[in-house]
Amino acid sequence: MAYSEKVIDHYEKPRNVGSLDAKDDQVGTGLVGAPACGDVMKLQVKISDDGRIEDAKFKTFGCGSAIASSSLITEWIKGKTIDEALEIKNRDVAEYLELPPVKIHCSVLAEDAIKSAIKDYQTKKSHR
Amino acid sequence: MSENNHIYLDYQSTTPCDPRVTEKMMPFLSEIFGNAHSRTHYHGWQAEQAIEKARKQVANIINASPKEIIFTSGATESNNLAIKGVAEFYRDKKTHIITCKTEHKCVLESCRWLERNGFDITYLDVEPNGLVNLETLNKAIREETLMVSVMAVNNEIGVIQPLKEIGALCRKRGVFFHTDAAQAVGKTPIDVEEMNIDLLSISGHKLYGPKGIGALYVRRKPRVRLVSQISGGGQERGMRSGTLSAFLCVGLGEACEIAQKEMAVESAQIQKLSDRLYQKLKESLPQIYLNGDPIMRYPGNLNISFAHVEGEGLMMGIKNLSVSSGSACTSASLEPSYVLKALGVEEELAHTSLRIGIGRFTTQEEVDQAAEDIIAAVTHLREMSPLWEMAQAGVDLKSIQWSGH
Repeated sequence: MAYSEKVIDHYEKPRNVGSLDAKDDQVGTGLVGAPACGDVMKLQVKISDDGRIEDAKFKTFGCGSAIASSSLITEWIKGKTIDEALEIKNRDVAEYLELPPVKIHCSVLAEDAIKSAIKDYQTKKSHR
Repeated sequence: MSENNHIYLDYQSTTPCDPRVTEKMMPFLSEIFGNAHSRTHYHGWQAEQAIEKARKQVANIINASPKEIIFTSGATESNNLAIKGVAEFYRDKKTHIITCKTEHKCVLESCRWLERNGFDITYLDVEPNGLVNLETLNKAIREETLMVSVMAVNNEIGVIQPLKEIGALCRKRGVFFHTDAAQAVGKTPIDVEEMNIDLLSISGHKLYGPKGIGALYVRRKPRVRLVSQISGGGQERGMRSGTLSAFLCVGLGEACEIAQKEMAVESAQIQKLSDRLYQKLKESLPQIYLNGDPIMRYPGNLNISFAHVEGEGLMMGIKNLSVSSGSACTSASLEPSYVLKALGVEEELAHTSLRIGIGRFTTQEEVDQAAEDIIAAVTHLREMSPLWEMAQAGVDLKSIQWSGH
């Protein structure tokens, strides 16, 4: 299977790899996928009081397309508001990275990771 | 076998044709072109003579008689012919076949086809080391059992099944013993007499011969009968119709002769390289696991799980190495390897496996380069892996409610 240049670029030079402090109230953590399925994405977002994503970090266990999808979304969501970030759909990721049909689930996981990380932040905030 | 720094480490998938084999084959693509089945003229005799020499070379490597060797298009056809052909011949008497869950797809699919056509098939579990348990096999044999089909060397994990013990058991219980020896012939000693093998499948391109040819050994004493699966002119003693390709037969024969002559020296060399590679990986990388029995295996196969690093992602990081992965992502079905699953390897670890194949043309420099590349990629990907991070922090990954998808 040949990978698109964009997948290779994100795989070889992944953006925003790392972790944020999960205990920080400003930080939301999303952990999606399952080891048994072969993909797990951890996406963390740091959100400012005015609802803007200041920072994003990821770690991913998965194939090149999964790594590229998560790297790409960290780039896309940085600087966006929560609402803007939630508008990112798996289609956008799949189209941009030119993912073949068998890799569409990687982009689905990326969309789920954004939703999950933001939900975690919002849950924390509502309990504050 | 390095070209542009690409290192070939996928010898279970296929092997390059040995240049000595290619050389013997060449004349049969040009000046010697006769049809071996033309029994009445010089050109036919020329081809026939070459084919009969090849048949003898193939027979020798498994200690059989040339009369017991049928040329086919490859091990897939041999396995189909052995299983479906024998089943069809004896179906009025016996309708039960035993095989195991780690067999090659062509054996499993042939068995499933028979299942749909009235046969009863037992798919034996294997032990966690990949080997068939003889007591389990003994218990599975019943009055209506026709045949046991157990492969010699597993293509994914390299384990060598106890052929001699299985053969003795089958002979004692009066059932035929077929073995898919595509990965074994030329790599590990096979003796159809000593091992009481009744049918055995061979592949040309797995032993440094050409693709498109294989053979089936069919025992004559006591005789094994089968129904041919291809209708035609009745070549190969009625068991496999179609004009033989002298070019390919000569290649397979020569490949067998070279393999037989050099097996001992070559095995020792491959063992040395395999040990070197595995040691290097183990010294630098914690939490790696060899899949399949560590002793009862063909050393040219290293199937290793690298915990917390997904196999396809890893392959992308070692793009100068041609290896294979048991990860789901490399298959169209998105299912991880059924062989590793049969061993009881957890799905997570099955996704992290690489099959590294070492062969006749592998050099120490290549092995050292491979070790370096794999160590660098695994280390890098573990730093990116949330599972590695959690495991390092002491989180029990089994305690987490994974979402899946």
